[in-house]
Amino acid sequence: MHELSVALGIVKIAEEETAKAQAKYVELIELEIGALAGIDFESLHFVWPAAVKDSVLENAIKKINLLEGIAKCVDCDTIFTINHIYDSCPKCKSNFKGIIQGKELRVKALEVV
Amino acid sequence: MCGTCGCGSGENGVRIQNPKDLLTHEHTHSHIDAQGLVYEHTHDDHSHKHAHTHEHVHEHEQHQRKVIDVEKDILHHNDLMAARNRGLFEAKNIFALNLVSSPGSGKTSILERTLKDLKDTIPFFVIEGDQQTLNDANRISAFDIPVVQINTGKGCHLESDTIYEALKKLDITDHAVLMIENVGNLVCPSMFDLGESKRIVIISTTEGEDKPIKYPDMFHSSDLCIINKIDLLPYVNVNLEKLKQYALKVNPKLEFIEISATTGEGMEVWFTWLKKNRNQPKN
Repeated sequence: MHELSVALGIVKIAEEETAKAQAKYVELIELEIGALAGIDFESLHFVWPAAVKDSVLENAIKKINLLEGIAKCVDCDTIFTINHIYDSCPKCKSNFKGIIQGKELRVKALEVV
Repeated sequence: MCGTCGCGSGENGVRIQNPKDLLTHEHTHSHIDAQGLVYEHTHDDHSHKHAHTHEHVHEHEQHQRKVIDVEKDILHHNDLMAARNRGLFEAKNIFALNLVSSPGSGKTSILERTLKDLKDTIPFFVIEGDQQTLNDANRISAFDIPVVQINTGKGCHLESDTIYEALKKLDITDHAVLMIENVGNLVCPSMFDLGESKRIVIISTTEGEDKPIKYPDMFHSSDLCIINKIDLLPYVNVNLEKLKQYALKVNPKLEFIEISATTGEGMEVWFTWLKKNRNQPKN
């Protein structure tokens, strides 16, 4: 259940940014989470109400942009989508790859009032 | 609220303890009444309550909505604190290892054997992470090795700021080897950089060869895979070559060492790895 740590990390960022903008609370929070980031969405939704309680996020709408995994093969430069970290290159079957997208775990934007 | 599990009480909160110096940590609060008298008292149950309610005032006439482009990593705080630990390790030339595995794969046994055999040649310091009890720290302390136990309560992993607090208690010396035994969990610790020099994932022969692809994140982020309990190979149905193939699919750079902490088989290979990597210049 590291999702609670993640949710509390989100609350920390939202609190800081809201204070910086001299706003009162957040109406909408936009998150970017990669498919390979190791986040279980069900767990995140489950811990969310407890994490945001008494914070600027308490009544905020949470919008998650899920980013699919994309990798580039180190051996043949093929760019391909990956669903698992252990997926190998579809062209040359190499396991050596760089993950270009899919590990994101980011607060993208906040709509504050 | 506890940074990891959301609980508020001392029983389940994060505790950092040293078996030789078991001091209870108390919260002292003072209150001043209308006559100006100060009342001090302690809370030993660590209950932190909000005495006030948070109410949202809705002023409907003027809603000044504003969009902030944050673009900030959620684990930014942990990564920052990990960088601080890493800086400390580099400045003091400390070789820090983060040992991760499922519960029961033999992390503490490997550690005990290593400390027993090498403690005269290498200065060791140990941080033990468990949800509850001082048992592991007591096992390490028996070798006269400086050790601090972190009890995470309901938490499932160690985080970099807790390591920093533990380091302050350890009073670690230059050129030492720091062994951080993470909470037995093959999922959550993978996301949390502690500032370690190398991450070592331990798997035992009783666990099944497909574990690396069942829990890929941990194998993906590790540098070395120690396969423990090889003395049990005749009794368990596991194909080590298959296990390594799966692990290499997840992380083609992973190294492997096969050992038995019980019989001592393969321990020399592990000791050689430890000494070699310890002396390697940091990049």
